[in-house]
Amino acid sequence: MKKAQFMEIEGRSFGYLALLGILGAIILVALGAWYVMEHHGHYVTGMNNAIVWGTPHIFAIFLIVAASGALNVASISSVFNKTAYKPLARLSGLLAIALLAGGLMILVLDLGRPDRLIVAMTYYNFKSIFAWNIILYNGFFVIVAVYLWMMMQQSMNKYSKPVGIAAFLWRLILTTGTGSIFGFLVARDAFDAAIMAPMFIIMSFSFGLAIFLLVLMASYRWTGRPLGDALFQRLKNLLGVFVAAVLYFVLAYHLTNLYATEHHGIEAFILRDGGIYTQLFWIGQIVLGSLLPLLLFYHPSWGKKRSLVGLGAVLVIIGGLIQLYVLIIGGQAYPLEIFPGKEVIESSFFDGQVAQYTPSMWEVLLGLGGMAVALIMVALAVKILRFLPTSLADEDVDPHHSA
Amino acid sequence: MTNKTYNADLSRRHFFSKAAAAAGMAIAPGVFLRQVHARPAEQAATSEKRWGILIDTDKCAKGCDSCVTACMNENGWGEINNSEEHSNPHQKAQWIRKVTVKDKQTGHVQSLPLMCQHCENPPCVDVCPTGASMKRADGIVLVDKHTCIGCRYCMMACPYKARSFIHEDLEDQKVVAPRGKGTVESCTMCVHRVDEDGTPACVEACNADNHNAMYFGDLKDPNSEISRQLKQYGGEQLRADLGLNTGVRYRGL
Amino acid sequence: MAGLLALPFTVLAGDAPAPEIPKAKEKATEEYGCVAPVEYMRKNHMDELMHKRDDTLREGIRTDKFSLAECINCHVTPDEDGQFASFGEDEHFCSTCHNYASVSVDCFSCHRDTPEDTDYRHSFNVGNNPHHGKMALKGNKLSVETLKVLTEGDQE
Repeated sequence: MKKAQFMEIEGRSFGYLALLGILGAIILVALGAWYVMEHHGHYVTGMNNAIVWGTPHIFAIFLIVAASGALNVASISSVFNKTAYKPLARLSGLLAIALLAGGLMILVLDLGRPDRLIVAMTYYNFKSIFAWNIILYNGFFVIVAVYLWMMMQQSMNKYSKPVGIAAFLWRLILTTGTGSIFGFLVARDAFDAAIMAPMFIIMSFSFGLAIFLLVLMASYRWTGRPLGDALFQRLKNLLGVFVAAVLYFVLAYHLTNLYATEHHGIEAFILRDGGIYTQLFWIGQIVLGSLLPLLLFYHPSWGKKRSLVGLGAVLVIIGGLIQLYVLIIGGQAYPLEIFPGKEVIESSFFDGQVAQYTPSMWEVLLGLGGMAVALIMVALAVKILRFLPTSLADEDVDPHHSA
Repeated sequence: MTNKTYNADLSRRHFFSKAAAAAGMAIAPGVFLRQVHARPAEQAATSEKRWGILIDTDKCAKGCDSCVTACMNENGWGEINNSEEHSNPHQKAQWIRKVTVKDKQTGHVQSLPLMCQHCENPPCVDVCPTGASMKRADGIVLVDKHTCIGCRYCMMACPYKARSFIHEDLEDQKVVAPRGKGTVESCTMCVHRVDEDGTPACVEACNADNHNAMYFGDLKDPNSEISRQLKQYGGEQLRADLGLNTGVRYRGL
Repeated sequence: MAGLLALPFTVLAGDAPAPEIPKAKEKATEEYGCVAPVEYMRKNHMDELMHKRDDTLREGIRTDKFSLAECINCHVTPDEDGQFASFGEDEHFCSTCHNYASVSVDCFSCHRDTPEDTDYRHSFNVGNNPHHGKMALKGNKLSVETLKVLTEGDQE
């Protein structure tokens, strides 16, 4: 196996500039949407006092979860010594930073007082898992940046393993923290579960690798650099395993809830009676987001077609967004059980009723803006620094090397 | 001087400091105005007290919302403050609301006011990243809007849907209840009144209407009316299973 | 903080006329006029307000000195038509300097920027009082009206 050669992309083609232009336009539109929300207040959004976290949170949490997952490829090479993944490690680290930045941008801009970001950085309540997450996110940027430095500067290469291990542990803690944001909510039937943290970790594996695979495919196709089939298949099979694992966790979560009588209400709501949430769950999350990708990945002939595998990865991403929508918004829409054993027959604040939520254009635009920020960061970084190997052809990366 | 004395009840401190006639003056034979337990303005609230409200659901009249109206007038939210005109009913602030519940087994119908339950272990305080969501030494749970960043995590955590996020610019706030766009707010147990030895507006209004369904007082003082009522007749917490030890209790639920 | 405010004053002193600061309603103290020497207040009001806000909100200390509400009560005065300027307008006491120095403040997104005409402390609070319970008022001869008469005219 040859040592991988990394090279900046040329970045002068019309396609590249068009990509930057489109992403830049999406970001500008997103900033405009944010200005509307900030100027008028959140009444222009779909959120209300029952559904307090809306579409921006779906995008933000998706990106943050995917960020830690995107780092997996690097971890597999540094921590678990799989040399075939080594050439992919730099892109993996870059994508992790970019996705986190995009997610955090959405999160911050959706605050009621984004101008008080400095308060969030200077006043800490250490009992809050949210405060811990702020520290974990900032630490993730630093550790992954150092990790990239260790990988990219030859004289520092020898430290890439210990730093890689630190980054790997950090990302596990980070996703545990993100999952626990929901797991620690005692009063909400949909969230209050220890399984949230491990489920978010496995979701991160899946979402992160799906994005990684698509970015890899796009950058190699658009730059005309070779990407070997064996390596591609290996990544695809890994993604399939992750998608199946997410499905398993979803199954375990719902089975546990179905067993406990106190959770029958929320289960009936999500699985049977929840209208849009039920449809999104079965059609979006299960069929489109899980079963169809698995079919595409493991079908003897479809699984070999890059376009269909790419479609599968896109479906994993869409399914992931839908999964978070069902979990987070569906979980809030289901009424709080304030009076167990009683039925609310009258309330000036819609107690006992399913809460309404319709995403507004502004929220969706802000969410897409976060995604565009992540992608534009990657697009710019691969032009400026040496993130991408000149060749990922099978003979150059030895994908069958197992040690 | 007996325990059954009178009390001008408004702000006793102002009353007594400014109205020279007051201190210890007999205003009727055998009856004295007396300053009881009033905390001086410069002294901090202490954990020697824990303020609470007991709501007797049997006395709470169906269709009556005096407590809600009184709260609106006192704190300047809701209909009396038109500045939330852009927000839809799901977005408008709700510091206190009337809820009517029916027992699924017996069909028994009850009416009650629902607001911040002023938990001893408030989930909203635990989850707040900046510490803006806070509990005072005397058990009153508040939002420090100076450090609230509007993340709404407290609203996710509250089991009672007691908190509101302000969705638009406000005007004409009350001096006693600052509130504004992008921050979270909730019932303050009329902390400004409590600090001047007064009674929350909702409780006052309920009594003024002769429903007498609400009692306010110090849960740590065994001789307070609320403690005696609770000891004698009991009072339940909403979602007692969560172990939050709420400061607001309901009887007859 | 103080430096932040002072800097633009010195920088701009030559170019723009110093702002005309509205007169306060009354003297808070005979000694200084305001609650502290004017020079001190100009330099340190923000720190005092910041300190006071935490004391009041978090500790329940409700003294009048350095209370924002009292600043507004005394300093924000009506014009000839009895109208109060809002924060942001040059006529508003706080805006006068803050506009001049281009220093933004965050107080009035939540706090009321004008005096409030009604005073909640004057409302009566009968019946269930915290220390005696409503028993105290049952069957006695002292009516609310009597109490009202007793207290009227003598409050601030």
